[in-house]
Amino acid sequence: MKRLARHPLFWPLGALALLLALNAAFNPGFLALGWRDGHLYGHLVDILNRAAPLMVVSLGMTLVIAVRGLDISVGAVVAIAATVAALLIGGAFNAGGEAASEHPLWLALGAALLVAAGCGLWNGLLVVKAGMQPIVATLVLMVAGRGIAQLLTGGQIITVYYPPFFTIGGGFLAGLPVALWIAAALWGGLHFALSRTALGLFIRAIGGNPEAARVAGVRSGAITLCVYTFCGLAAGIAGLIVSSNVRSADANNAGQLLELDAILAVTLGGTALTGGRFTLAGTVIGALIIQTLTSTIYSIGLPPEVNLVVKAVLVFAVMLLQSADFRALFMAAQR
Amino acid sequence: MSDAPIVLQARDISRAFPGVQALADVQLTLRAGEVHALMGQNGAGKSTLIRILTGVHAPDAGSIELLGQSVAPRSPLHAQELGISAVHQESHLLPNLSVAENICAGRYPRLSWMRGGGIDWRETRRRARELLARLGIDLDVDQLAGGLPAALQQLAAVARAVAGDARVLILDEPTSSLDADEVRALFELIRRLRGQGVAILFVTHFLDQVYEICDRITVLRNGRFVGEYPCARLDAPGLVAAMVGRELAGAVEAVTHAAPEGAAAAVLSARNVSRRGQLQPLDVEMRGGEILGVAGLLGSGRTELARLLFALDERDTGDIEIDGRAARLERPADAVRLGLGFCPEDRKHSGIVADLSVRENIALALQARMGLRKFLAPAEQRVLAEKLVAALGISTPGIEAPIGQLSGGNQQKALIARWLATHPRVLILDEPTRGIDIAAKQELMNEIRELANGGTAVLFISAEIEEVARISDRILVLRDRAKAGELPRGAGEDAIYALIARAAS
Amino acid sequence: MNRRLLPLAVTILLFIGMATFGSVRYDGFLSLQVFLNLLIDNSFLCVAAVGMTFVILSGGIDLSVGAVMAFTTTLCAALLRAGWNPYATMAVALVLGAGFGAAQGYLIQRFRLAPFIVTLAGMFLARGCSYLISTESVPIDDATWVAIAQARIPLGFGGSLTVGALLAIATVLAAMRLAHATEFGRTVYAIGGDENSARLMGLAVNRARTGVYLLSGFTAALAGIVMSFYMLSGYSLHAVGLELDAIAAVVIGGTLLAGGVGYVAGTLFGVLILGIIQTLIAFDGTLSSWWTRIVVGVLLLLFCLLQRLFEKRSRRLA
Repeated sequence: MKRLARHPLFWPLGALALLLALNAAFNPGFLALGWRDGHLYGHLVDILNRAAPLMVVSLGMTLVIAVRGLDISVGAVVAIAATVAALLIGGAFNAGGEAASEHPLWLALGAALLVAAGCGLWNGLLVVKAGMQPIVATLVLMVAGRGIAQLLTGGQIITVYYPPFFTIGGGFLAGLPVALWIAAALWGGLHFALSRTALGLFIRAIGGNPEAARVAGVRSGAITLCVYTFCGLAAGIAGLIVSSNVRSADANNAGQLLELDAILAVTLGGTALTGGRFTLAGTVIGALIIQTLTSTIYSIGLPPEVNLVVKAVLVFAVMLLQSADFRALFMAAQR
Repeated sequence: MSDAPIVLQARDISRAFPGVQALADVQLTLRAGEVHALMGQNGAGKSTLIRILTGVHAPDAGSIELLGQSVAPRSPLHAQELGISAVHQESHLLPNLSVAENICAGRYPRLSWMRGGGIDWRETRRRARELLARLGIDLDVDQLAGGLPAALQQLAAVARAVAGDARVLILDEPTSSLDADEVRALFELIRRLRGQGVAILFVTHFLDQVYEICDRITVLRNGRFVGEYPCARLDAPGLVAAMVGRELAGAVEAVTHAAPEGAAAAVLSARNVSRRGQLQPLDVEMRGGEILGVAGLLGSGRTELARLLFALDERDTGDIEIDGRAARLERPADAVRLGLGFCPEDRKHSGIVADLSVRENIALALQARMGLRKFLAPAEQRVLAEKLVAALGISTPGIEAPIGQLSGGNQQKALIARWLATHPRVLILDEPTRGIDIAAKQELMNEIRELANGGTAVLFISAEIEEVARISDRILVLRDRAKAGELPRGAGEDAIYALIARAAS
Repeated sequence: MNRRLLPLAVTILLFIGMATFGSVRYDGFLSLQVFLNLLIDNSFLCVAAVGMTFVILSGGIDLSVGAVMAFTTTLCAALLRAGWNPYATMAVALVLGAGFGAAQGYLIQRFRLAPFIVTLAGMFLARGCSYLISTESVPIDDATWVAIAQARIPLGFGGSLTVGALLAIATVLAAMRLAHATEFGRTVYAIGGDENSARLMGLAVNRARTGVYLLSGFTAALAGIVMSFYMLSGYSLHAVGLELDAIAAVVIGGTLLAGGVGYVAGTLFGVLILGIIQTLIAFDGTLSSWWTRIVVGVLLLLFCLLQRLFEKRSRRLA
């Protein structure tokens, strides 16, 4: 048991299990799964579905944190991507009264993702080429990004009526939500890329000791740029899922506080903010914990406002546990 | 000559940290108006003793008496209040504040209650000016400390240390970054302070400096007190014997030379390379199978040269050719791809990635050279790492252990293993034997010779000139960030010193 | 000495430049009240940014400022509604704000946690607590409060200031003295310069670090009180993103994000510049207010890049 406890995923999984148990205790039928309208149905499926955008963003954030960086602009990028897609699809109806898209769907989606990746690249350039601190570099886009999105929408919320777009956030594939498939594919793809190529080693080296990695010949600049670009892309994907879900693009509220949730998910999963070693699985579990938390609070009957307070306490707890000084204090007190 | 009065007496000081007994029953006696040297190899316990004297750590056992009173410094601030001040290797001034403020920080003179009770800046500056004048230091008190060259920062740091009527001044490796003139200025200040009755504890690894300025020496070895000797009664060989613990005669083996006959073609040819403020334009050529030593005093540009050749720093002028062809060498990744390797001076900061395993550290440069296109699978990495660990005799709990757990010497070997894995054409070694005990040093020197015999061009930089003289096939002598000249193998230390001295006059 | 003042000079010049541009381009721009309004409309930002200046000078950051402000407004509204004495209410709010800041500072200093994440969690906590008090906007109609909110102190020449603006000015002046004439202030600068050296010098680093966050919490609460004068309501969604504006004001004011260099006076000008951007946009009439966000972002970027250049230059010359 003790060796099991030392496994890095033990605590995140344990926390998730605890939350699920609490849910099940207060909400009979929480764990029930059914089949309806050709897909799986139940609270668990809901949680997975709603956690998908957070999972996607958090995966991107994991790599950024691993290289000792940070991206607090992801919320703004979500809004921008959603806006671009919604604008290109438009809220038009064709002659037959059916909802139509002003541009081909692949073009709208592609453009949105391209812009999102561009935002990530912008952040990366500021950090790598201009040498700015990551929190400041991404702060710029966080501040200005929503302004840009608002400008594009003219301050309006753009509604989308085009059904094929809804499948991203609301559709099902082989019984499971499409959004979940997207998240799973991203996770799988990342895992493959990081463990079957040198990318994983390089990222861990850059995060572990950036100067040493550079001396060893690792192309730190290029890799860091890619990581930030990917984070932007991930935020773009999440933006598409989110706006597809609500069938609109709200430049003001889309992705609000998402960066904070993403950082929390990464930290809960066990990746240290100091960079170096990281865990994708941990991040996914972290995202699930956050989503389950919202549902747990609802099940227990507490007002939803408690959500923020609980998240705060969680962050404090994880931070303290990750702190060597705290652990030393704790162990000294035990004697 | 009667002994000067004792200012500080430390008795039976012991201190342990998890896993290691840093100090055991150590004695130290400091007298007024004397410069007392604290000597010992790396790991002897000098730093720990200083930290105890300055209140950073508390001793597990033992007592400290200052002017006859028993004291127990609880913190650097408390130690300063008691009269024990320290100046550390890095001058530790606040770069964004003025010299005056640095000198008076924490002890600001205050305006009277009626005038607001805030800090009296005019008085602050006056006090600073007065102190500097008393110590014979010529500095503008309003200048930001960060804008001063390292040597002047050092002097300012000493001024701060004695500003509070210090009875004991501890100088921890103060000359590491100073050139000969700057050392002279510092010693003048030390003599002045000695004349004023301050007891000075001087920690250094430069033997000649010990004999130039110190009155007594205390030697530590492996955390134990070896002895206290007046300088006049202990000569250099005796001092080294006390530090190392065995007779040195014959311990320094000749490194087997098997340099190929006839000059091989130049592998690396650097012409007119320079960087403003770091290195003046110079030419250097490295040939396969040859060890090119770089000798010079601190500050002569040795590390700067290495960093320019490896493209760690951007060069302002000059071209570098590899195998006779002009090379695009703008960043370390370029250098690695061209077959260069670099073991930096500071392995903790620029060498090892502490959290990664020994295996990953060893494989890193090779993988970096292969880029993302080709992948060195973990199984292959394991084979590679095990082979090199065995070949170099690296002592490790296993290749999966985090490299941070290894001792300094073994980390250094692992770093060299990293570059060996890339089969480099050129390997640049900056202070490869620093912080390694004598036995391991000898092993390492032999490995380096082996490497050169295999055809690699090696650049060997060391602060210990006798080491450079011993191993090199050719010696590049630097002085004041410029080339002073080149010497052939067997030139001997005297020739090197002569070349440095000649360039000076 | 001169090199240190350069960033501040740039900021002041920028402000004068913008003011000149405005008075040339728009009628009625060059009036006393327009300039005083800069201070009045941004009085709470000014107070919060002053506290943030100290945090950034010490090399840290405080993301909880906006949330603490919102919490303060809801707390005051709730207490006043429950019949509490207005001055007691203010006192409680300030004490809670300072205590909250001190707690964050303690965690940061004692356990060496990253300020970013601690104050991020603090932001969650403060806003969450604010929601727990009330999710809706609560109007404030306490007589004293309203009187203070509506008071106008005439300055002559047809201009007047609010109590909030006066508090802002007082805060700036007090902070300037704190920064330049007290041990605490100098220790803050020292920590920002080289924390290790400051510690070895025996400066009270731990106390100063806890202190800056305590100060930031206090000014955030004070800013919340000023905001409640301005808005006459308590609402959990007040001041969303205000910490970013505060950070922008501090950076534009010439304080280096790395810490150690900067002046409180600079922050005042940073706030005024943010204010003048909004005024310029309002006067233009054709630009939507979203442009403010973009311009602030661009300015922030420019100043950060300038700071980087500054750092690179001084390192090369040394």
